[in-house]
Amino acid sequence: MPLHELATAPPGVGGTERVRTPAPRPRRARSQAMAAWLFIAPSLVLFAVFAFAPIAISVVLSFQDVAVFGGGRFAGLDNYGELVTTPLFWTTVRNTLVFTLGTVPTSTAIGLLLAVLLNRRLPGRGLIRSLYFLPMVVSGVAVSLVMAWIFNADNGIANAALAELGLPRVGWLSSPDWAMITLVLAVVWGRIGFCMVTYLAALQNINPALIEAAEIDGAGPWNRFTRIVWPLLAPTTSLLVVLNVVFSIQAFDVIYVLTGGGPGFATTVLVQYVFRAAFTDGRMGYASAIGVVLVLALLALTLLRSRLVRRTGDVS
Amino acid sequence: MTTPSRRDRMTVGRWSIWVVLVLGGLVMLFPVYWVLVTAISPGGLAQGSGFALWPDRIDLGVFGRAFTDQPVGRWLANSLVIAVAGVVLTVVVSLLAGYAFAKYRFRGRDALFALMLVTIMVPIHVIMVPEFVIVSRLGLVNSPWAVVLPTAAQAVTIFMARQFLAGLPDELLEAARVDGAGELRIFLRVVLPLSGPLIAVLTILTFVWRWNDFVWPLVALQTPNDYTISVGLAALNGTFSHPWDEMMAITLLSMVPVVAVFLAFQKRFVRGIAESGLK
Repeated sequence: MPLHELATAPPGVGGTERVRTPAPRPRRARSQAMAAWLFIAPSLVLFAVFAFAPIAISVVLSFQDVAVFGGGRFAGLDNYGELVTTPLFWTTVRNTLVFTLGTVPTSTAIGLLLAVLLNRRLPGRGLIRSLYFLPMVVSGVAVSLVMAWIFNADNGIANAALAELGLPRVGWLSSPDWAMITLVLAVVWGRIGFCMVTYLAALQNINPALIEAAEIDGAGPWNRFTRIVWPLLAPTTSLLVVLNVVFSIQAFDVIYVLTGGGPGFATTVLVQYVFRAAFTDGRMGYASAIGVVLVLALLALTLLRSRLVRRTGDVS
Repeated sequence: MTTPSRRDRMTVGRWSIWVVLVLGGLVMLFPVYWVLVTAISPGGLAQGSGFALWPDRIDLGVFGRAFTDQPVGRWLANSLVIAVAGVVLTVVVSLLAGYAFAKYRFRGRDALFALMLVTIMVPIHVIMVPEFVIVSRLGLVNSPWAVVLPTAAQAVTIFMARQFLAGLPDELLEAARVDGAGELRIFLRVVLPLSGPLIAVLTILTFVWRWNDFVWPLVALQTPNDYTISVGLAALNGTFSHPWDEMMAITLLSMVPVVAVFLAFQKRFVRGIAESGLK
């Protein structure tokens, strides 16, 4: 299940264990291996052309000075050197961190709360769950346009509601601080359902006998949650935090459409900086260097998590 | 679990939690409601003077205007072609590869599988430039294939297929072999008929992902008539001259297919999300 973690997990951790396949009789082994390669061939060709090749080229480009498509000059670590000395790079790192800190804890916590409350029997539970799930299927572009309209400074419902309450209007998208808050709101709205789904799946795997035993022993709802449910959910929580961090670091659509990274560079995050360097400034080598740094950071993060999970797994 | 236990009885406390959950759900629904209401209100229910949550008058002519003012019909058709072709290719390719990874032994199997999974960590933005060069060398720019082919083989879907197909009993495959069936025949006659639930989940998830894709189609499709609905919508937003009722009408049209898929297949969709760890 935990895909991003699987990408870096050693065999045997979290589902990457070898699939146990009975050894075929030698006579058939060759023809079966051949069949397997034929079955994999279409994926392999697509991966080679559209994933492995561009990844390899990006790494090579990051060591080159390439202004336009085509030939480049070997530039060693120049691109990386420029990166660490460019203030705008650090601005986008800071914005990425702020955006991630704004979105990850909030959507994870709200998802947990909703999952716990909606895991019990309630009238209309299915319908209530659907209301929280629905935003998951709305595209980033559609989310951005609705939010742009709701938070429109002059004619949006948000400012109209504030005015109705006698509160001052807010520059939701024009003030640097509010623009970031509006972005976080828009993204959290779309992500709550995902956190809730993941927690609900984990809650349904908890043996009800454990909860009932605690109840018989006189544990109240809060104690049952903190002593039993929360510890059992720990692997799910750490998985969700990592996934959410990855989603937030990769978030592009909503930022591109809703704020365009502005006002100024107030909401420009790393992936947008890559996009800008490549397609606005035409600096392929530099853009690739930012990308390599970004992917290394993501890999380090998931490796860290699988280390932590293995260590806590050893203890228990 | 059929008889309501003490914990399932509705008390005052539980009813207040219920009310809070329903109110929260309505807040979650609000943006979707607001798209609909803005679209069908003449002038887009601008809040410049006063505060209104529903329209006085309804004007459905906006949908007609949307189609005549902009190539919305083309955009929707392009999105549909891309999503459907993407689903077909992804399902076929993932089933074949997932089956091979699950049920065959061959040298390099686990290494290749791991290599494919690592690509999940690489966001498209990072490899977009070489990706674009490759797609243009293949002469695909502005064609739906420019979007369909690069996203056809997905590590996520191959992974899901492998997990599902690993659960098929080996005895079944061996029995077919003893009967003299070839490997392709076994796949078509034994594996495929048992893969219904897998195909359903892959179809639903892939359709929603491909319909909602934005950044790669934005780069690969450069003439307005070739845009998908998401790219077209973002382009309209960039020009800042379009009335909000029309913008929301087009936004609504862009949401209809995925919301319909969600409402029709909610259980499978939700389970697919929980299994794949991706939304």
